[in-house]
Amino acid sequence: MRGSSPRMMGKHRRDTPYITDMRPQDILMPVAAGLCCKPGGFHIDPVRPVERAVITHGHSDHARSGHGAVLATQETLDMMRLRYGDNFAGSTQAIAYGERIKLGDVTIQFHPAGHVLGSAQIAVSCKDICIVASGDYKDAPDPTCASFESVSCDVFITEATFGLPVFHHGNAADEIRKLLASVALFPERAHLVGAYSLGKAQRVIALLRDAGYDAPIYLHGAMEKITRYYESRGVPLGDLRLVKGMKKADLAGTITLAPPSATSDIWTRRFPDPVTAFASGWMRVRARARQRGVELPLVISDHADWDGLIATIDSTGAGEVWVTHGQEDALVHWCTAKGLAARPLDLVGYGEEDEGDTMPEGEDAGA
Amino acid sequence: MNRFAELLDRLAYEPGRKNKLRLLTNYFREVEDPDRGYALAALTGALSFKHAKPGLIRDLIAVRTDPVLFALSYDYVGDLSETVALMWPKTPPLPPRSGGEGSGVGGGAAITEAAFPADRPPNPSPPRAMRVEGGEIVHNNPPPPTLTEVVTTLRTLGKTELPKQLTRWLDELDETGRWALLKLVTGAMRIGISARLAKTAAAELGGKDPHEIELVWPGLTAPYLDLFAWLEGRAEKPVNLDPAPFRPVMLAHAIENTDFANLDAADFIAEWKWDGIRVQAVSGRDARGNVLARLYSRSGEDITKSFPDLLPSLHLPGAIDGELLVVRDRRVQTFNVLQQRLNRKVVSPKLTKGYPIHLRAYDLLGEGDTDLRTLPFAERRARLEAFVAKLDDPRVDLSPTIAFDSWDALTAARKNPASAGAGEDAEAVEGVMLKRRDALYLPGRPKGQWWKWKRDPHIIDAVLMYAQRGHGKRSSYYSDYTFGVWTTGEDGEQLVPVGKAYFGFTDEELLQIDRFVRRNTVEKFGPVREVVHKPDQGLVLEVAFEGLQRSPRHKSGVAMRFPRINRLRWDKPPREADRLETLERMLKPDAIQAVAFSSESLPRT
Repeated sequence: MRGSSPRMMGKHRRDTPYITDMRPQDILMPVAAGLCCKPGGFHIDPVRPVERAVITHGHSDHARSGHGAVLATQETLDMMRLRYGDNFAGSTQAIAYGERIKLGDVTIQFHPAGHVLGSAQIAVSCKDICIVASGDYKDAPDPTCASFESVSCDVFITEATFGLPVFHHGNAADEIRKLLASVALFPERAHLVGAYSLGKAQRVIALLRDAGYDAPIYLHGAMEKITRYYESRGVPLGDLRLVKGMKKADLAGTITLAPPSATSDIWTRRFPDPVTAFASGWMRVRARARQRGVELPLVISDHADWDGLIATIDSTGAGEVWVTHGQEDALVHWCTAKGLAARPLDLVGYGEEDEGDTMPEGEDAGA
Repeated sequence: MNRFAELLDRLAYEPGRKNKLRLLTNYFREVEDPDRGYALAALTGALSFKHAKPGLIRDLIAVRTDPVLFALSYDYVGDLSETVALMWPKTPPLPPRSGGEGSGVGGGAAITEAAFPADRPPNPSPPRAMRVEGGEIVHNNPPPPTLTEVVTTLRTLGKTELPKQLTRWLDELDETGRWALLKLVTGAMRIGISARLAKTAAAELGGKDPHEIELVWPGLTAPYLDLFAWLEGRAEKPVNLDPAPFRPVMLAHAIENTDFANLDAADFIAEWKWDGIRVQAVSGRDARGNVLARLYSRSGEDITKSFPDLLPSLHLPGAIDGELLVVRDRRVQTFNVLQQRLNRKVVSPKLTKGYPIHLRAYDLLGEGDTDLRTLPFAERRARLEAFVAKLDDPRVDLSPTIAFDSWDALTAARKNPASAGAGEDAEAVEGVMLKRRDALYLPGRPKGQWWKWKRDPHIIDAVLMYAQRGHGKRSSYYSDYTFGVWTTGEDGEQLVPVGKAYFGFTDEELLQIDRFVRRNTVEKFGPVREVVHKPDQGLVLEVAFEGLQRSPRHKSGVAMRFPRINRLRWDKPPREADRLETLERMLKPDAIQAVAFSSESLPRT
């Protein structure tokens, strides 16, 4: 019965024998299109068009267009519609947090992942085995989305974007204070904050509001739709305006949110001597910040940091951990040292929108 | 310490000088004595304590972390201090989770029998309540140390006590604080701040000229309470009681061809402009009558420590203005050779022997207790000649004057220094200095008194090959250019990169090149773009540079000194650009041994 088991690696010594005739890898298995659930007849976050897709959240590396049927939270479906248009899938079905649905031989249940608005972990149960595919998640508070919920399970599938013990995201409010101190010190300059359009930007705005900053906050055109959507879902973000059409001098002393690629773009020439900030967990590492020419790194992440990853793994009670995209080695090592069965899942195609390595050079973008 | 760490952190990312000044001045304004004084000392390199070795830092982290996790982290971060600062766990590691507890699968070897029970036991740790953001739960957390505490403790701490003390501080500080602490104790600050910039920022606190600080600086010690009291208007200016103080230097204007029409050759004395670094060598008697010598850079930084081999030669009280050079076998070496002696913290006997330092004197600002700066240059020159003769030291000599009776004669001398008196030292001549006979020694750059007339730069036509985005204000512009010349390679005619330049062009030209780069990109590598460079397609740049040397580090085998974009040759097709052979002919056959370029931070003359 070892035939199609995914690649085993590292210090993992043996398959865990189960008395049940079903093994976890019979329920969920990594294939080229993504994580495949054969007994349920669906894929989770498939990177290629499939017949039935269950989607964890709206970032473009997880939510792609062209599937036959899509099951996701209402927010994730709405975000896909905003990004890909009305015909992004053959049919859609919304599912709420806590709701259970039977698909084939399995039951699935959605739980908040705390990553972005509408993001979910997907618990897949078959007979007496429960696997949680957590997608991307964070266990730190975020005023713009439902809080992460720990789900007991046998197998926990975790991301490892910040899976090294050097990543401690700290208190996001402190980073916001750093930004506001800079705005106060350089009132004649514009502050340009690079932040991913879906989730990060709205969180930064909400944090600024929480810190008592009530001046208008300016937006790059590419962020408008998604930000307005957040507002329509009851996330208050205060006075938001578009940069477009503003006079250069009037942008002195202001804060503008823009997609990261735009902050080193020709687009920045409309700002008076801009201070380039970037809100990302990567900003913890100086070389990463310098590589991008960032002058004001802000360590604000929508992923769990190292402590968050290991605490989450602990809290699920899972005896087996599958590690997907990111720094798998360290996390697998940590699990193994703790006596947990752990292995990396070779899933490709993730980590490219939100805080992944690649940086699209949206050079001559207007807006 | 955390506030100082915050400052260092911000400075490390800030490219603009003006903005760095603002951050520094703001720090000096907000932070109280004596912390700000020790910060000023740290930034000006005025702190002295024995630095911790990297090995010690490694040992400290080894006690606290899993070696595999440390190795993976270090590999990712790439910098030891930073890795340790980021992954330092605030509490010693807990013993590993014991086998039996948990979901029944825990503990290595015990797995075999452990089927999943039908009723899963409760989680070992119930689902955590929301983690307090950034909140490691630390009990009885003592307040982090102040900068003053760190500096004063390090001064007196014994070597054996250091590991324990560092561990305590690392536990008390946050990530940035730990990073700054480790930079400080290992003596590797490197944040792009010169001592001069830090002093300028302090001066701005009181609206003073940084020169005033330089003048009193040698008499001051950290934490500079008297200095800050003066800057804040609470006390009189501190008096510099240093027996060998710095005097603000006099600088020259660049001369233009049109200037000569209004100048009379008879009013001027001419000298060679030596390609070394401008220094002020000052000796004075201290209270006990001993001669104390100091060497200052042009901006007043005390660089004495880098040149201990010159000090015995400065045995007469006086203040010499001159050029620091390396002289081997009575021949002045080029700047590339001198560079090996610059910015050294440790000066080995091998270095002083291989690169013998020399002072070429061209002015005397004081002799004994007499200030000579109010005398005309011709008189000072006479006093200088007598002074150097009296010194009678092979390491100190006079900068010779150039005999000339007309501008034509001087033009000829500038063109061919070797036959006009510079002889075998001509390689180290970078032009001619003109000084009015009646010029008093005035600080700053007074008009019409001193002129510099640099040798014409070398010029070549090269082809733009790669462009990189700049920093700070230029971060949206492709402003750093790699250019190449033609050579015959394995695949026939090809361009080989010979240098990089990021200035020399006007703002308008920058816009034009930026536009060209964006429209003619062949490939992108992160912030770098490869730009089209074919025989009939591409942009020819006229590049000016000061000198050329062999360099094994460059593919072309040559490296340019001080290259800049002189002109854009939109009119010229790339195939007509220069060839590598042209550059190779410029190299002297016995060209100095290959010397790697190191960044130069001392101001040049």
